[in-house]
Amino acid sequence: MRKLLALLLGLILAGSALAKEAAPAVPDPALEKRAVKLEEQLRCLVCQNQTIADSHAELAMDLKKEIREKLKAGMNEDQITEFLVARYGDFVLYNPPVKATTVALWFGPFALLLGVLAGLFFYLRRRRAAAAPPLSDADQARVQSLLDASEERQ
Amino acid sequence: MLRARFLIPAVVFAALVALLAIGLTLDPREVPSPLINKPAPAFNLPQLDRPENTISQKDMLGKVWMLNVWASWCVSCREEHATVLALARTGVLPVIGLNYKDERADGLAWLARLGNPYQTSAFDHDGRVGIDYGVYGVPETYIIDKAGVIRYKRIGAVTPEVVRDKILPLVKELNGNA
Repeated sequence: MRKLLALLLGLILAGSALAKEAAPAVPDPALEKRAVKLEEQLRCLVCQNQTIADSHAELAMDLKKEIREKLKAGMNEDQITEFLVARYGDFVLYNPPVKATTVALWFGPFALLLGVLAGLFFYLRRRRAAAAPPLSDADQARVQSLLDASEERQ
Repeated sequence: MLRARFLIPAVVFAALVALLAIGLTLDPREVPSPLINKPAPAFNLPQLDRPENTISQKDMLGKVWMLNVWASWCVSCREEHATVLALARTGVLPVIGLNYKDERADGLAWLARLGNPYQTSAFDHDGRVGIDYGVYGVPETYIIDKAGVIRYKRIGAVTPEVVRDKILPLVKELNGNA
């Protein structure tokens, strides 16, 4: 039993020793902050629904390294974004630019909302217009007599 | 009139099904590459099999050629390997490999075991050239024309259909125009 425990413990320790260390943080905290902020706006192309900052995919790791090196070399955020878009396309941006191919993406939901609101507006207006016509005098008298009759019964 | 109104939900449902069905046939991994019709990014890397020699995209100027990104750890590369081998054997165009984020020994062993379709492979150990080529899902394949411009990119395994319908007609066209 004790041997088994020792073996288990050994395995657990070996596992943690083998675990990959996180990429060493850049000593400059301001630069690190800029890098992380930029990475949070970039999509990891391997996992697609994660940002580069969140992802531990190999490619995301490489791009993190690349971004830090470029920042250190004095490139600004826009230049780095341009560098990545030139290679991977607008798809890397979580905040895609407004242009001909992205018009539907940017304005489609609003167009849909407007369309539905307009439809609702016309539907309600038509329903109001089609509301029950006013009663004729004869009907009115009949209603009144029925109501009176029920009152008398009580 | 009344019957027509009851049909509205059915029509909306059918439209939704059609929309989602189209969505299912699309591959979200296929991101259009901005590199099409751009000059192939420059590289100068040691060759996998001859570390003392280098290979550069410039060496291939004047030829229509194929750059195939592969790695020994990549499962789909195995899948496409027979197709790439067959294509290389026809001699239609030279095939250069880009051995991406691999170990030299592993890469060489992989080629020795499965056959080597490549004139040579550039050894991109740290994946820097891969980043320049916008590689994110190995295998990837580029067709580059005589002027060194990327004309076609395939993300994922090359299949016999891709060779027949895309690569061969394009190579023919590119060779004919010059």
